[in-house]
Amino acid sequence: MSDIPSDLRYAASHEWARLEADGSVSVGISDHAQEALGDVVYVELPEIGQQLTAGQQAGVVESVKAASDIYAPISGEVVSINEQLTDSPENVNSEPYGSWFFRIQPSDASQLEKLLDAEGYKASCDAEA
Amino acid sequence: MGQRTPLYDQHLALGAKMVDFGGWDMPLHYGSQVEEHHQVRRDCGVFDVSHMTVVDVRGADAKTYLQRLLANDVDRLGQVGKALYTAMLNERGGVVDDLIVYLAEEGYRLVVNASTRDKDLAWMQAQAEGFTVEVTERPELAMLAVQGPHARARTAELVSQARAALIHELKPFNGRAAGDWFIGRTGYTGEDGLEIILPAEQAPDFLSELVGAGIPPIGLGARDTLRLEAGLNLYGQDMTEDVSPLQANMGWTVAWQPVERDFIGRSALEAQKAQSDLPKLVGLVLEERGVLRAHQIVRVNGMGEGEITSGSFSPTLGKAIALARVPAGTADRAEVEIRGKWYPVRVVQPTFVRHGKVLV
Repeated sequence: MSDIPSDLRYAASHEWARLEADGSVSVGISDHAQEALGDVVYVELPEIGQQLTAGQQAGVVESVKAASDIYAPISGEVVSINEQLTDSPENVNSEPYGSWFFRIQPSDASQLEKLLDAEGYKASCDAEA
Repeated sequence: MGQRTPLYDQHLALGAKMVDFGGWDMPLHYGSQVEEHHQVRRDCGVFDVSHMTVVDVRGADAKTYLQRLLANDVDRLGQVGKALYTAMLNERGGVVDDLIVYLAEEGYRLVVNASTRDKDLAWMQAQAEGFTVEVTERPELAMLAVQGPHARARTAELVSQARAALIHELKPFNGRAAGDWFIGRTGYTGEDGLEIILPAEQAPDFLSELVGAGIPPIGLGARDTLRLEAGLNLYGQDMTEDVSPLQANMGWTVAWQPVERDFIGRSALEAQKAQSDLPKLVGLVLEERGVLRAHQIVRVNGMGEGEITSGSFSPTLGKAIALARVPAGTADRAEVEIRGKWYPVRVVQPTFVRHGKVLV
Protein backbone atom coordinates (compact mmCIF):
# COMPACT_ATOMS: atom_id res chain seq x y z
CA MET A 1 0.00 0.00 0.00
CA SER A 2 1.68 3.21 -1.02
CA ASP A 3 1.69 6.29 1.13
CA ILE A 4 -0.36 9.26 -0.18
CA PRO A 5 -0.23 12.25 2.24
CA SER A 6 -3.51 14.13 2.28
CA ASP A 7 -1.96 17.59 2.49
CA LEU A 8 -0.37 17.35 -0.97
CA ARG A 9 -1.63 17.64 -4.53
CA TYR A 10 -0.78 15.16 -7.26
CA ALA A 11 -0.52 14.79 -11.02
CA ALA A 12 -1.65 11.59 -12.72
CA SER A 13 1.97 11.30 -13.90
CA HIS A 14 2.96 10.68 -10.24
CA GLU A 15 4.46 14.01 -9.23
CA TRP A 16 3.39 15.58 -5.93
CA ALA A 17 3.12 19.33 -5.36
CA ARG A 18 3.30 21.23 -2.07
CA LEU A 19 2.54 24.92 -1.57
CA GLU A 20 5.29 26.49 0.56
CA ALA A 21 4.96 29.43 2.93
CA ASP A 22 6.66 31.77 0.44
CA GLY A 23 4.16 30.92 -2.33
CA SER A 24 6.50 28.68 -4.27
CA VAL A 25 5.50 25.09 -5.01
CA SER A 26 7.83 22.14 -4.28
CA VAL A 27 7.66 19.17 -6.65
CA GLY A 28 8.74 15.56 -6.13
CA ILE A 29 7.61 12.06 -7.03
CA SER A 30 5.19 9.90 -5.06
CA ASP A 31 5.79 6.78 -3.00
CA HIS A 32 3.95 4.78 -5.68
CA ALA A 33 6.38 6.11 -8.29
CA GLN A 34 9.57 5.43 -6.33
CA GLU A 35 8.37 1.92 -5.53
CA ALA A 36 7.68 1.18 -9.19
CA LEU A 37 11.05 2.60 -10.28
CA GLY A 38 13.24 0.69 -7.83
CA ASP A 39 16.59 2.07 -6.65
CA VAL A 40 17.10 5.59 -8.03
CA VAL A 41 20.67 6.16 -9.17
CA TYR A 42 20.56 9.54 -10.96
CA VAL A 43 18.29 12.56 -11.09
CA GLU A 44 18.37 15.28 -13.73
CA LEU A 45 17.00 18.58 -12.53
CA PRO A 46 15.78 21.60 -14.51
CA GLU A 47 17.75 24.84 -14.55
CA ILE A 48 17.04 27.76 -12.24
CA GLY A 49 15.20 30.37 -14.23
CA GLN A 50 13.66 27.87 -16.61
CA GLN A 51 10.06 28.66 -17.55
CA LEU A 52 7.87 25.58 -17.40
CA THR A 53 4.36 24.93 -18.68
CA ALA A 54 2.11 22.46 -16.87
CA GLY A 55 2.72 19.01 -18.36
CA GLN A 56 6.11 19.93 -19.78
CA GLN A 57 9.08 17.63 -19.16
CA ALA A 58 11.09 19.15 -16.32
CA GLY A 59 13.66 16.52 -15.41
CA VAL A 60 14.52 12.84 -15.38
CA VAL A 61 14.68 10.24 -12.64
CA GLU A 62 16.83 7.26 -13.59
CA SER A 63 16.61 4.02 -11.67
CA VAL A 64 18.25 0.62 -12.06
CA LYS A 65 15.11 -0.37 -13.94
CA ALA A 66 14.40 2.56 -16.28
CA ALA A 67 14.68 6.28 -16.94
CA SER A 68 11.48 8.19 -16.33
CA ASP A 69 10.60 11.77 -17.24
CA ILE A 70 9.32 14.15 -14.57
CA TYR A 71 6.68 16.66 -15.66
CA ALA A 72 5.93 20.08 -14.24
CA PRO A 73 2.53 19.77 -12.52
CA ILE A 74 1.87 23.52 -12.87
CA SER A 75 3.27 26.39 -14.93
CA GLY A 76 5.84 28.85 -13.61
CA GLU A 77 9.52 29.67 -13.22
CA VAL A 78 11.99 27.33 -11.57
CA VAL A 79 13.31 29.23 -8.55
CA SER A 80 15.21 26.51 -6.76
CA ILE A 81 16.62 23.01 -7.38
CA ASN A 82 17.60 20.38 -4.82
CA GLU A 83 21.25 19.63 -5.52
CA GLN A 84 21.41 17.32 -2.52
CA LEU A 85 19.41 14.86 -4.60
CA THR A 86 22.17 14.81 -7.19
CA ASP A 87 24.55 13.55 -4.50
CA SER A 88 22.10 11.24 -2.75
CA PRO A 89 19.54 10.01 -5.29
CA GLU A 90 18.64 7.11 -2.99
CA ASN A 91 16.73 9.62 -0.83
CA VAL A 92 14.02 9.59 -3.48
CA ASN A 93 13.35 5.98 -2.47
CA SER A 94 13.69 6.35 1.31
CA GLU A 95 11.86 9.69 1.64
CA PRO A 96 9.81 10.39 -1.49
CA TYR A 97 7.84 13.25 0.14
CA GLY A 98 10.89 14.75 1.82
CA SER A 99 12.84 14.76 -1.46
CA TRP A 100 11.78 17.75 -3.50
CA PHE A 101 13.36 18.01 -6.97
CA PHE A 102 12.65 21.67 -7.76
CA ARG A 103 10.48 24.61 -6.70
CA ILE A 104 8.29 26.63 -9.07
CA GLN A 105 6.99 30.15 -8.59
CA PRO A 106 3.50 29.55 -10.03
CA SER A 107 2.30 31.83 -12.82
CA ASP A 108 -1.28 30.85 -12.06
CA ALA A 109 -1.98 29.81 -8.45
CA SER A 110 -5.36 28.29 -9.37
CA GLN A 111 -3.58 25.49 -11.26
CA LEU A 112 -2.64 23.92 -7.93
CA GLU A 113 -6.31 23.43 -7.05
CA LYS A 114 -6.92 21.66 -10.34
CA LEU A 115 -4.42 18.93 -9.46
CA LEU A 116 -5.65 15.68 -7.92
CA ASP A 117 -6.13 15.47 -4.18
CA ALA A 118 -5.00 12.37 -2.27
CA GLU A 119 -8.23 10.48 -2.97
CA GLY A 120 -8.17 11.41 -6.62
CA TYR A 121 -4.56 10.33 -6.97
CA LYS A 122 -5.25 7.01 -5.27
CA ALA A 123 -8.14 6.41 -7.69
CA SER A 124 -5.86 7.30 -10.57
CA CYS A 125 -3.23 4.77 -9.41
CA ASP A 126 -5.87 2.07 -8.93
CA ALA A 127 -7.20 2.67 -12.42
CA GLU A 128 -3.69 2.31 -13.84
CA ALA A 129 -3.13 -1.11 -12.27
CA MET B 1 0.85 -17.36 -11.80
CA GLY B 2 4.34 -18.61 -12.58
CA GLN B 3 6.18 -21.58 -11.15
CA ARG B 4 7.15 -21.26 -7.51
CA THR B 5 10.20 -22.53 -5.65
CA PRO B 6 9.84 -24.13 -2.18
CA LEU B 7 10.92 -20.76 -0.73
CA TYR B 8 8.09 -18.71 -2.27
CA ASP B 9 6.15 -18.10 0.95
CA GLN B 10 9.32 -17.09 2.77
CA HIS B 11 10.17 -14.55 0.10
CA LEU B 12 6.80 -12.92 0.65
CA ALA B 13 7.24 -13.05 4.44
CA LEU B 14 10.66 -11.39 4.03
CA GLY B 15 9.07 -8.53 2.11
CA ALA B 16 10.19 -9.46 -1.38
CA LYS B 17 8.95 -7.63 -4.44
CA MET B 18 8.20 -10.57 -6.75
CA VAL B 19 8.65 -10.59 -10.52
CA ASP B 20 8.37 -13.08 -13.34
CA PHE B 21 11.67 -14.59 -14.40
CA GLY B 22 11.46 -17.12 -17.23
CA GLY B 23 8.07 -18.32 -16.01
CA TRP B 24 9.03 -18.37 -12.32
CA ASP B 25 7.78 -16.00 -9.58
CA MET B 26 11.06 -14.83 -8.05
CA PRO B 27 12.16 -12.09 -5.64
CA LEU B 28 13.51 -9.03 -7.45
CA HIS B 29 14.60 -7.46 -4.18
CA TYR B 30 13.63 -7.27 -0.50
CA GLY B 31 13.83 -3.49 -0.23
CA SER B 32 16.84 -2.24 -2.17
CA GLN B 33 18.77 -4.14 -4.83
CA VAL B 34 21.69 -1.71 -4.56
CA GLU B 35 21.96 -2.36 -0.82
CA GLU B 36 21.73 -6.13 -1.37
CA HIS B 37 24.53 -5.90 -3.96
CA HIS B 38 26.80 -4.13 -1.46
CA GLN B 39 25.99 -6.72 1.21
CA VAL B 40 27.30 -9.53 -1.00
CA ARG B 41 30.52 -7.73 -1.91
CA ARG B 42 31.22 -6.68 1.68
CA ASP B 43 29.96 -9.64 3.72
CA CYS B 44 27.59 -12.28 2.32
CA GLY B 45 24.03 -12.94 1.29
CA VAL B 46 21.79 -15.85 0.29
CA PHE B 47 20.02 -16.31 -3.05
CA ASP B 48 17.20 -18.71 -3.89
CA VAL B 49 18.33 -20.29 -7.16
CA SER B 50 15.97 -23.26 -7.00
CA HIS B 51 14.54 -22.29 -10.38
CA MET B 52 17.73 -23.55 -12.01
CA THR B 53 17.75 -27.02 -13.53
CA VAL B 54 19.81 -29.88 -12.08
CA VAL B 55 20.45 -32.77 -14.47
CA ASP B 56 22.33 -35.96 -13.62
CA VAL B 57 24.03 -37.89 -16.42
CA ARG B 58 24.91 -41.53 -15.71
CA GLY B 59 25.70 -44.71 -17.57
CA ALA B 60 28.54 -46.48 -19.32
CA ASP B 61 28.75 -43.81 -22.04
CA ALA B 62 28.24 -40.78 -19.79
CA LYS B 63 31.72 -39.44 -20.48
CA THR B 64 31.77 -39.96 -24.25
CA TYR B 65 28.23 -38.53 -24.48
CA LEU B 66 29.26 -35.34 -22.69
CA GLN B 67 32.42 -35.11 -24.76
CA ARG B 68 30.17 -34.94 -27.82
CA LEU B 69 27.54 -32.69 -26.24
CA LEU B 70 29.73 -30.01 -24.66
CA ALA B 71 32.27 -27.61 -26.16
CA ASN B 72 34.54 -27.94 -23.12
CA ASP B 73 36.03 -31.38 -22.45
CA VAL B 74 34.91 -33.32 -19.37
CA ASP B 75 38.11 -35.34 -19.70
CA ARG B 76 39.71 -32.32 -18.00
CA LEU B 77 37.86 -33.27 -14.82
CA GLY B 78 40.61 -35.45 -13.35
CA GLN B 79 39.07 -36.06 -9.94
CA VAL B 80 35.63 -36.44 -8.41
CA GLY B 81 34.53 -33.00 -7.31
CA LYS B 82 36.07 -30.99 -10.14
CA ALA B 83 33.80 -28.80 -12.23
CA LEU B 84 34.04 -26.82 -15.41
CA TYR B 85 32.05 -24.09 -17.16
CA THR B 86 31.02 -24.78 -20.74
CA ALA B 87 28.72 -23.97 -23.61
CA MET B 88 26.46 -26.55 -25.19
CA LEU B 89 26.38 -25.82 -28.94
CA ASN B 90 24.12 -26.54 -31.88
CA GLU B 91 25.45 -27.64 -35.28
CA ARG B 92 25.87 -24.02 -36.37
CA GLY B 93 28.17 -23.38 -33.41
CA GLY B 94 25.52 -21.28 -31.69
CA VAL B 95 25.03 -21.53 -27.93
CA VAL B 96 22.08 -23.66 -26.80
CA ASP B 97 22.94 -22.90 -23.15
CA ASP B 98 25.85 -22.32 -20.80
CA LEU B 99 26.24 -24.57 -17.77
CA ILE B 100 28.47 -25.99 -15.08
CA VAL B 101 29.27 -29.71 -15.03
CA TYR B 102 30.71 -31.53 -11.97
CA LEU B 103 32.39 -34.94 -11.98
CA ALA B 104 30.29 -36.80 -9.38
CA GLU B 105 30.85 -40.04 -7.51
CA GLU B 106 28.68 -41.65 -10.13
CA GLY B 107 28.45 -39.97 -13.50
CA TYR B 108 28.15 -36.18 -13.80
CA ARG B 109 25.92 -33.43 -12.46
CA LEU B 110 24.99 -30.52 -14.72
CA VAL B 111 23.36 -27.27 -13.65
CA VAL B 112 21.66 -25.47 -16.53
CA ASN B 113 19.58 -22.31 -16.77
CA ALA B 114 15.99 -21.98 -15.62
CA SER B 115 14.67 -20.28 -18.74
CA THR B 116 16.11 -22.94 -21.06
CA ARG B 117 14.98 -25.99 -19.09
CA ASP B 118 12.57 -27.54 -21.59
CA LYS B 119 14.77 -26.79 -24.58
CA ASP B 120 17.89 -28.15 -22.90
CA LEU B 121 16.28 -31.37 -21.72
CA ALA B 122 14.78 -32.06 -25.15
CA TRP B 123 18.15 -31.37 -26.79
CA MET B 124 20.07 -33.52 -24.33
CA GLN B 125 17.64 -36.43 -24.74
CA ALA B 126 17.79 -36.18 -28.53
CA GLN B 127 21.60 -36.16 -28.50
CA ALA B 128 21.67 -39.21 -26.20
CA GLU B 129 20.53 -41.42 -29.09
CA GLY B 130 23.14 -44.12 -29.61
CA PHE B 131 24.77 -43.64 -26.22
CA THR B 132 24.19 -45.86 -23.20
CA VAL B 133 23.31 -43.02 -20.90
CA GLU B 134 20.49 -41.77 -18.65
CA VAL B 135 19.81 -38.06 -18.57
CA THR B 136 17.72 -37.41 -15.48
CA GLU B 137 16.35 -34.09 -14.35
CA ARG B 138 16.21 -33.65 -10.56
CA PRO B 139 13.19 -31.38 -10.00
CA GLU B 140 12.87 -32.55 -6.39
CA LEU B 141 16.05 -30.64 -5.50
CA ALA B 142 16.21 -26.99 -4.44
CA MET B 143 19.28 -24.75 -4.56
CA LEU B 144 20.53 -21.93 -2.34
CA ALA B 145 23.62 -19.86 -3.10
CA VAL B 146 25.49 -18.16 -0.26
CA GLN B 147 27.92 -15.69 -1.76
CA GLY B 148 30.44 -13.16 -0.46
CA PRO B 149 33.84 -13.07 1.26
CA HIS B 150 32.34 -14.47 4.51
CA ALA B 151 29.91 -16.89 2.90
CA ARG B 152 31.77 -20.12 3.50
CA ALA B 153 32.71 -19.35 7.09
CA ARG B 154 29.20 -18.21 8.01
CA THR B 155 27.56 -21.23 6.34
CA ALA B 156 29.96 -23.70 7.94
CA GLU B 157 28.83 -22.44 11.36
CA LEU B 158 25.26 -23.51 10.63
CA VAL B 159 25.63 -27.01 9.20
CA SER B 160 26.66 -30.46 10.48
CA GLN B 161 30.30 -31.14 11.30
CA ALA B 162 30.71 -33.33 8.22
CA ARG B 163 29.30 -30.63 5.94
CA ALA B 164 31.36 -27.94 7.65
CA ALA B 165 34.50 -30.02 7.06
CA LEU B 166 33.60 -30.36 3.39
CA ILE B 167 33.01 -26.61 3.11
CA HIS B 168 36.44 -25.87 4.55
CA GLU B 169 38.12 -28.41 2.26
CA LEU B 170 36.45 -27.52 -1.03
CA LYS B 171 38.71 -25.87 -3.55
CA PRO B 172 37.31 -23.22 -5.91
CA PHE B 173 35.19 -24.69 -8.72
CA ASN B 174 34.76 -28.02 -7.00
CA GLY B 175 31.60 -29.62 -5.67
CA ARG B 176 30.84 -32.78 -3.72
CA ALA B 177 28.00 -34.61 -2.04
CA ALA B 178 27.63 -34.59 1.74
CA GLY B 179 24.74 -36.83 2.72
CA ASP B 180 21.77 -35.80 0.60
CA TRP B 181 23.21 -32.33 -0.03
CA PHE B 182 25.59 -31.37 -2.82
CA ILE B 183 27.85 -28.44 -2.02
CA GLY B 184 29.76 -26.56 -4.73
CA ARG B 185 32.30 -23.80 -4.29
CA THR B 186 30.90 -21.97 -7.30
CA GLY B 187 28.76 -18.92 -7.92
CA TYR B 188 27.56 -16.18 -10.18
CA THR B 189 28.78 -13.10 -8.33
CA GLY B 190 32.57 -12.90 -8.70
CA GLU B 191 32.90 -13.50 -4.95
CA ASP B 192 33.84 -16.65 -3.06
CA GLY B 193 30.86 -18.70 -1.92
CA LEU B 194 28.78 -21.83 -2.15
CA GLU B 195 25.94 -23.21 -4.19
CA ILE B 196 24.07 -25.81 -2.15
CA ILE B 197 21.77 -28.32 -3.83
CA LEU B 198 19.45 -30.00 -1.33
CA PRO B 199 16.11 -31.85 -1.15
CA ALA B 200 13.32 -29.33 -1.64
CA GLU B 201 11.65 -30.15 1.66
CA GLN B 202 14.80 -29.17 3.59
CA ALA B 203 15.25 -25.84 1.83
CA PRO B 204 12.76 -23.71 3.82
CA ASP B 205 14.29 -24.60 7.19
CA PHE B 206 17.81 -24.06 5.92
CA LEU B 207 16.92 -20.65 4.47
CA SER B 208 15.35 -19.72 7.82
CA GLU B 209 18.54 -20.70 9.61
CA LEU B 210 20.70 -18.65 7.26
CA VAL B 211 18.47 -15.59 7.48
CA GLY B 212 18.03 -16.10 11.22
CA ALA B 213 21.82 -16.03 11.59
CA GLY B 214 21.83 -12.60 9.97
CA ILE B 215 22.67 -13.58 6.40
CA PRO B 216 20.43 -11.29 4.31
CA PRO B 217 18.30 -12.64 1.46
CA ILE B 218 19.35 -11.25 -1.95
CA GLY B 219 17.09 -10.86 -4.97
CA LEU B 220 17.53 -11.22 -8.73
CA GLY B 221 18.12 -7.51 -9.20
CA ALA B 222 21.36 -7.68 -7.24
CA ARG B 223 22.16 -11.05 -8.80
CA ASP B 224 22.20 -9.35 -12.19
CA THR B 225 24.37 -6.39 -11.18
CA LEU B 226 26.79 -8.69 -9.33
CA ARG B 227 27.25 -11.05 -12.28
CA LEU B 228 27.59 -8.13 -14.70
CA GLU B 229 30.37 -6.58 -12.61
CA ALA B 230 32.05 -10.00 -12.57
CA GLY B 231 31.82 -10.23 -16.36
CA LEU B 232 29.66 -13.36 -16.25
CA ASN B 233 27.36 -13.88 -19.22
CA LEU B 234 23.60 -14.16 -19.02
CA TYR B 235 22.12 -16.60 -21.53
CA GLY B 236 19.46 -15.04 -23.68
CA GLN B 237 21.15 -11.63 -23.54
CA ASP B 238 24.92 -11.98 -23.96
CA MET B 239 24.58 -15.07 -26.10
CA THR B 240 21.80 -16.93 -27.86
CA GLU B 241 21.47 -19.80 -30.30
CA ASP B 242 22.61 -17.45 -33.05
CA VAL B 243 25.79 -16.39 -31.28
CA SER B 244 28.92 -18.50 -31.05
CA PRO B 245 31.10 -18.70 -27.93
CA LEU B 246 33.82 -16.93 -29.92
CA GLN B 247 31.62 -13.82 -30.07
CA ALA B 248 30.57 -14.03 -26.44
CA ASN B 249 33.90 -13.91 -24.62
CA MET B 250 33.67 -17.71 -24.19
CA GLY B 251 36.49 -18.80 -26.52
CA TRP B 252 38.47 -19.89 -23.46
CA THR B 253 35.76 -22.45 -22.60
CA VAL B 254 36.18 -24.34 -25.88
CA ALA B 255 38.57 -27.31 -25.66
CA TRP B 256 40.06 -27.65 -29.13
CA GLN B 257 42.44 -30.44 -28.09
CA PRO B 258 42.32 -33.35 -28.75
CA VAL B 259 41.49 -32.60 -32.41
CA GLU B 260 39.73 -35.97 -32.71
CA ARG B 261 37.05 -34.90 -30.21
CA ASP B 262 34.20 -34.04 -32.56
CA PHE B 263 31.88 -32.09 -30.26
CA ILE B 264 28.62 -30.76 -31.70
CA GLY B 265 29.34 -27.46 -33.46
CA ARG B 266 33.08 -28.07 -33.79
CA SER B 267 33.32 -27.70 -37.55
CA ALA B 268 31.19 -24.54 -37.57
CA LEU B 269 33.39 -23.08 -34.86
CA GLU B 270 36.60 -23.99 -36.73
CA ALA B 271 35.31 -22.19 -39.81
CA GLN B 272 34.60 -19.14 -37.66
CA LYS B 273 37.98 -19.26 -35.95
CA ALA B 274 39.54 -18.86 -39.39
CA GLN B 275 37.77 -15.51 -39.81
CA SER B 276 39.61 -12.60 -38.30
CA ASP B 277 36.71 -10.17 -38.31
CA LEU B 278 34.28 -11.77 -35.89
CA PRO B 279 32.52 -9.33 -33.56
CA LYS B 280 33.73 -9.57 -29.97
CA LEU B 281 32.17 -9.09 -26.58
CA VAL B 282 33.76 -6.25 -24.61
CA GLY B 283 33.10 -4.26 -21.45
CA LEU B 284 31.95 -0.63 -21.49
CA VAL B 285 32.17 1.98 -18.72
CA LEU B 286 30.18 5.21 -18.85
CA GLU B 287 32.15 7.85 -16.98
CA GLU B 288 29.26 10.34 -16.89
CA ARG B 289 25.87 10.16 -15.27
CA GLY B 290 23.41 7.80 -16.94
CA VAL B 291 22.64 4.10 -17.23
CA LEU B 292 23.73 1.74 -20.00
CA ARG B 293 21.02 -0.73 -20.99
CA ALA B 294 20.62 -3.76 -23.27
CA HIS B 295 20.02 -2.98 -26.95
CA GLN B 296 21.53 0.52 -26.89
CA ILE B 297 23.57 1.07 -30.05
CA VAL B 298 27.36 1.34 -29.83
CA ARG B 299 29.23 3.33 -32.46
CA VAL B 300 32.95 2.81 -33.03
CA ASN B 301 34.85 5.45 -34.99
CA GLY B 302 35.79 4.12 -38.41
CA MET B 303 34.58 0.61 -37.62
CA GLY B 304 30.83 0.55 -37.64
CA GLU B 305 28.28 -0.28 -34.98
CA GLY B 306 27.58 -2.80 -32.28
CA GLU B 307 25.04 -3.29 -29.54
CA ILE B 308 24.92 -3.54 -25.76
CA THR B 309 23.87 -7.04 -24.71
CA SER B 310 23.66 -6.38 -20.95
CA GLY B 311 23.88 -3.07 -19.13
CA SER B 312 23.18 -1.62 -15.72
CA PHE B 313 24.29 0.70 -12.98
CA SER B 314 27.26 -0.81 -11.13
CA PRO B 315 26.94 -0.20 -7.39
CA THR B 316 30.61 -1.06 -6.77
CA LEU B 317 31.95 1.35 -9.42
CA GLY B 318 29.22 3.95 -8.87
CA LYS B 319 28.74 4.26 -12.60
CA ALA B 320 27.08 2.42 -15.48
CA ILE B 321 28.74 -0.61 -17.09
CA ALA B 322 27.80 -2.92 -19.91
CA LEU B 323 28.77 -5.90 -22.02
CA ALA B 324 28.56 -5.15 -25.73
CA ARG B 325 29.14 -6.99 -28.98
CA VAL B 326 31.25 -4.69 -31.17
CA PRO B 327 33.37 -4.81 -34.35
CA ALA B 328 36.51 -6.91 -34.06
CA GLY B 329 38.94 -4.00 -34.35
CA THR B 330 37.36 -1.86 -31.62
CA ALA B 331 40.04 -0.27 -29.45
CA ASP B 332 39.52 1.62 -26.19
CA ARG B 333 36.83 4.19 -27.03
CA ALA B 334 33.30 4.12 -28.41
CA GLU B 335 29.99 5.98 -28.14
CA VAL B 336 26.61 4.77 -26.96
CA GLU B 337 23.22 6.17 -27.93
CA ILE B 338 21.10 6.82 -24.84
CA ARG B 339 17.64 8.30 -25.41
CA GLY B 340 18.64 9.99 -28.63
CA LYS B 341 22.02 11.41 -27.56
CA TRP B 342 25.53 9.95 -27.99
CA TYR B 343 27.77 9.53 -24.95
CA PRO B 344 31.45 8.53 -24.93
CA VAL B 345 32.34 5.26 -23.19
CA ARG B 346 35.59 3.52 -22.31
CA VAL B 347 36.02 0.07 -23.84
CA VAL B 348 37.55 -2.33 -21.33
CA GLN B 349 38.04 -6.02 -20.64
CA PRO B 350 34.67 -7.63 -19.89
CA THR B 351 35.40 -8.14 -16.18
CA PHE B 352 34.94 -5.09 -13.97
CA VAL B 353 35.25 -6.37 -10.39
CA ARG B 354 36.86 -9.46 -8.87
CA HIS B 355 36.75 -10.34 -5.17
CA GLY B 356 35.54 -6.86 -4.38
CA LYS B 357 38.34 -5.09 -6.28
CA VAL B 358 37.66 -2.81 -9.23
CA LEU B 359 39.78 -3.90 -12.21
CA VAL B 360 38.95 -1.27 -14.81
